[in-house]
Order: sequence, then C-alpha cells, then structure tokens
Amino acid sequence: MGRTLAEKVWDDHVVRRAEGEPDLLYIDLHLLHEVTSPQAFDGLRKNGRTVRRTDLTIATEDHNTPTLDIDKPIADPVSRTQLETLRRNCADFGVRLHPLGDDEQGVVHVVGPQLGLTQPGMTVVCGDSHTSTHGAFGALAFGIGTSQVEHVLATQTLPMAPFRTMAVTVTGELPDGVTAKDLILAIIARIGTGGGQGYVIEYRGEAIEKLSMEARMTICNMSIEAGARAGMIAPDETTFAYLDGRDHAPQGTEREAAVEYWRTLRTDDDAVFDHEVVIDATELAPFVTWGTNPGQGAPLSASVPDPGSYEDPSERYAAEKALEYMGLTAGQPLREIAVDTVFVGSCTNGRIEDLRAAAAVIQGRTVADGVRMLVVPGSVRVSLQAVAEGLDKVFTAAGAEWRHAGCSMCLGMNPDQLAPGERSASTSNRNFEGRQGKGGRTHLVSPQVAAATAVTGHLASPADLATTDAAQPVGV
Amino acid sequence: MEAFTTHTGRAVPLRRSNVDTDQIIPAHWLKKVTRDGFEDGLFEAWRRDPEFVLNDPRREGATVLVAGPDFGTGSSREHAVWALQNYGFAAVISSRFADIFRGNSLKNGLLTVVLPQAAVDALWQAVEADPATEITVDLVAREVRCGSFREAFELDDNARWRLLEGLDDISLTLRQEDDIAAYEAGRPSFKPRTLTA
Ligand code: SF4
Repeated sequence: MGRTLAEKVWDDHVVRRAEGEPDLLYIDLHLLHEVTSPQAFDGLRKNGRTVRRTDLTIATEDHNTPTLDIDKPIADPVSRTQLETLRRNCADFGVRLHPLGDDEQGVVHVVGPQLGLTQPGMTVVCGDSHTSTHGAFGALAFGIGTSQVEHVLATQTLPMAPFRTMAVTVTGELPDGVTAKDLILAIIARIGTGGGQGYVIEYRGEAIEKLSMEARMTICNMSIEAGARAGMIAPDETTFAYLDGRDHAPQGTEREAAVEYWRTLRTDDDAVFDHEVVIDATELAPFVTWGTNPGQGAPLSASVPDPGSYEDPSERYAAEKALEYMGLTAGQPLREIAVDTVFVGSCTNGRIEDLRAAAAVIQGRTVADGVRMLVVPGSVRVSLQAVAEGLDKVFTAAGAEWRHAGCSMCLGMNPDQLAPGERSASTSNRNFEGRQGKGGRTHLVSPQVAAATAVTGHLASPADLATTDAAQPVGV
Repeated sequence: MEAFTTHTGRAVPLRRSNVDTDQIIPAHWLKKVTRDGFEDGLFEAWRRDPEFVLNDPRREGATVLVAGPDFGTGSSREHAVWALQNYGFAAVISSRFADIFRGNSLKNGLLTVVLPQAAVDALWQAVEADPATEITVDLVAREVRCGSFREAFELDDNARWRLLEGLDDISLTLRQEDDIAAYEAGRPSFKPRTLTA
C-alpha cells in the first residue's frame, strides 16, 4: 500500500524502531527562542551534556522583544532576564543566535524559512506550538515541550509515538479577495478546534497548489488551532523556486540531488488517510472570528450567532461565554463591530506578502479616528524589504505605527498589549481570552480585512471600501 | 534523573478532584528561566487560605501527595511537575491522572501512583487521623504500604524500569549512540546546516 507524505518523511527519519517502544526520530532542524529553552539548557549543564549538533540548531529572540526603542535596555526585568539567559546559553553551548538588533532577528517561524533552513522532507522542531508553519515546505514540523527541547539538544533525536493522518482537500479556486487566512479560518470553523487532535493534516487540492509559499505558511501555521500536531503541503515548483537563492538552500549538484528527492515527497495515489475532509474553495468569502477560540468564526457578511442555535450543549455554553467576554450580542452584524486597535503581524501574517497586501488596501487612505494600527514585520529582513519598497511610508502616511520586528501583540509578552475591554482586529492566530492583554478582545482577520477595518473603524473588507470610496467625492 | 526504588515519607491529603495545572502552578510563573524555585508557586492561590492543608505546620516536610481523581489536567506545562518536586514531593497518589501530566512526571522522575479510590480514601483517613503517619511507595514491589494497609499498583514495565534505573529519556537515547551515529553518517549532504564551517 502507498504511503502519505507525512509517513514518507517519518520513515526517512527513523533512527531506531523496536517492538513496544516509540520510534526514535532524527531531527534535521531545531529552532530555539527565549521562553521555552532556559530550563532545557540548565538540564544539559546539570548533567554535563553538550549540544550534539550545534550545526542543526539556531536561536532567535522574539516573544519578549520590544518593538520600540530597541537600542535601549529592556524595561521589564523578567523579560530582560529571559533574553539575557538565552544569550548566555547560546554563547556557552555554541549555538547560533540572532539577538535583538541583528539583521536576521525575528519571529522564529519567519526566520527559518527566509534563511532557506526549512526545506522539504525535513523534521523541524521548536518549543513552540506554531512550529507547524514549516510544514508548508513539506517538512514534518511540530511543537515540543521543554524536556523534549533538552532531549533534542542532547541527542538530536526524539522518541515519538506515530501520528494519524488527515487530508484536507480544497477543491476549486479561491474567489478574488479571499486569502489563505480566510481559508484556514474557515477550515478550523469546519473541523473544530479539537478536530485535528492526534493528526498530521495534509492540505491538498487545486486551491492549495495555487497558493504562494507565504500563503501556504499561513495555512500550516494555524493547523495547531485545529488541534493538529502538524500541517503539511507537498513540495512543488513553487516550493523549489521559493528556496532558490536563499542563504542555506542547496546549490548546483546539491540542488539537483535535493530536488530529485523532494519530488518523491508526495502522497501516493493508493495511500489511505485515517480521515478526509473536502472544502469547496469557490464558496468561501472573507472570514473573521467573533468568539474566544479560533473555531468560532464566520464569513464577514454574517452576524454574531445565537448561542441557542448550537445543538451541542458544550458548544452552546462556549458560545455564551464567548459573547459575554467579547461584549457582543447575538444577531449583531459582524460588519458593525467597531475596533480600537488593528494589529498586522505575527508568524501567521507578518511576512512581506502580508504587508504588501495590507499596504495596497490602505494606500491613499487613512486610519479611522480613534483607531490605533500597529504594523509589526515578522522579521528584520521583512522589515528591510518593506522599507525598500516604501511600504513603511504607506503605513505611516495613513496614520499607522511602523514597529520593529517580533511577536509583539500576538501574545503581548512585550509592552504591546490591549487594555482591558479594548477590541482588536488582528492578523495573528489566537483569540483566547486575555491573549493580547488582560481583558482584551480579539477578532482574527486577514491582512486585507485588517487594513480595511483600520480605515472604516469597524470590521470590513477591501470590497466595502471600494463602495464607500465611490459614494464619496474624491478628496473628502 | 535520580533512581526511584522505594520512598517513605509523611503525606499531604488533598481532598480535591480535577486539580488542573493552572492550579498547580499559575501562568505568571512561566517567565522564570529555571527548573527550580517554583515551590512558592505550587498551589499559589489556595495557599493564600490559612486553612489550606499545605499551610498546616504538621504537614511540613511531607513528601507524598494523596490527591483526588483527575489530577494534573489542563495545560501541558512541565512547570507543574517541577513545582511539586521543588516543594519536596517525591510521589503523587490519585485514582486518575491526566495523560500529559503523567508523561511529564515520568520524564522528571516524579512517581505517579494510581490506586482505586477506596484505597485513596483509606490513606486519607489514616494520614488525617495522625499526621505523623508515614506512607511507603515501593516501586520494586509495586505496592503502597501504610501501617497494616497494603495495596498493589500497576505501572508498565518500561516506565518502571526507567524509574528504577533513574533513566531519563535522554540517558536512554544516549545508549543508542551507535544508531544515531549510523543514521547521521547516511544523511544526505544537501540537508542544511545552521553553521558554516
Ligand atoms: S508570533 Fe505569536 S504565535 Fe508566532 S511564535 Fe510569536 S507568539 Fe507564537
């Protein structure tokens, strides 16, 4: 019987297989950041161990880093200690680090791909659940706990029990104005936040094949929000072209050998998935969340749902709690929800294409009165590229704030937070209670919807702006 | 990781069910950079109540936690295990543990013992009647003893062996050094490296 993409990559990394024991898998790339690594390095020290493969390990600072005044000492002493600890650990153990101020610094899941370190058929781990991002390249990439971080540092392997496989096939083409973010939010709303539990999801079908690499990363990034361990997309010409010319991508005869291997990384026609879901892309529209988990979403044209409409009592209860927390009432049109803050950034939507898309919408327009718009590039390289293209000017001319790279308001571990009761339209991935600041309310949206929302002050898509603009005399 | 063969100590009866990891160690402790120093965060909210069992001076120095069913549910934070160990607990007895918590415990050498609720009740009564009562958790014999009380528990052979030998996953994997080296020798040269030689 044929094998799925995930099974092929798994099989290619089995160091040891024994009856009654988990498989021992080899790890090709280990990414580190400041939050989940300190105790792992401590464990190494305590046991007199070293990092087995510093040449397969890389660290960056992202969660705690400020996005303003980065040349000044970090104000929060606890955040500062976490960053200083990472710097000391990387120096002591010989791990490559891109600290704040470095040109390669940024969100760990933006940094790996842009350096060309994430490649098809690899195993990639990080003490961070959004490691699933790297699956966009046809890599098996998943988040791990701190003991596992230590395990990989010491052995470059992990004992792993096998995953189940799920196919999410997206047929047809996405309509104009519908993005990868809308698609993944719709997928999560469909299968639920626990629907992917125990699975590696492979996204396939015409709509997926047509996506750019960055859009594919947006999709795989949020696999974890469906409860899945990982998301994957089979590598193709789009993948190979994206890698070409990147710092760590293979060249010359190495590239030929690599591409020959990468082409084998496809699910065989006769392979069987443990579960399959089919989504019709042509029916999709801009999608936003109204609740406090990423599965609580609806098309922008819809209204806040009535909790009473849910048959499942636990879903009904969850919807009731969510509306209460979000300060929304059933039946309220989503388009009428006013926001205080718009956040463009994160490992979901903080790459150059995302910034271009948001800039294209906001160009020549202004951020609505009383709305604060933060644009936080996913990495310094993204930032430099955006500046070279003049995107920063587009944003600042519209009244948005152009910030330094990092996780920022995605989780508010740095000073970028919502105040209690404040509401945001955010291109990030989690709308949990308090995620962006204690008492903050988050609506997950695409970069295009974020930009349009900044202009109108309430949830909106670019199409809504076109009608508003047409109705108004030019210059007003 | 230290080997666990048999342990004898006084106990804390925690008559609560569904003790989740947020209660064991609240989220704001996660900014710490060490594996130790979590003892003050253990059950932080509950300890503000002077009546809470851990605040009873007679429980000072106890090393066995006897808890209600579904201990360790919720977030996967390993800090929950560290906090229990930092505080001084060597073993937790309950009729049911959350899977991830149990896995994390095993990785850190904290013994989780599953006993029938009736046995947990008997232990609660014994240690509440006399706080000086000692409980023995014998991993070699796979049984819990307390005075005349004696109850066997199950633990799969592989997990028991790892605890008895004090083998953490890392030491075990390091025994497969030959396999790892052989695998590395066969890795294609086009795979990327983060360091340039
Ligand atoms: S951007 Fe957000 S989701 Fe991504 S790594 Fe940072 S905190 Fe996590």
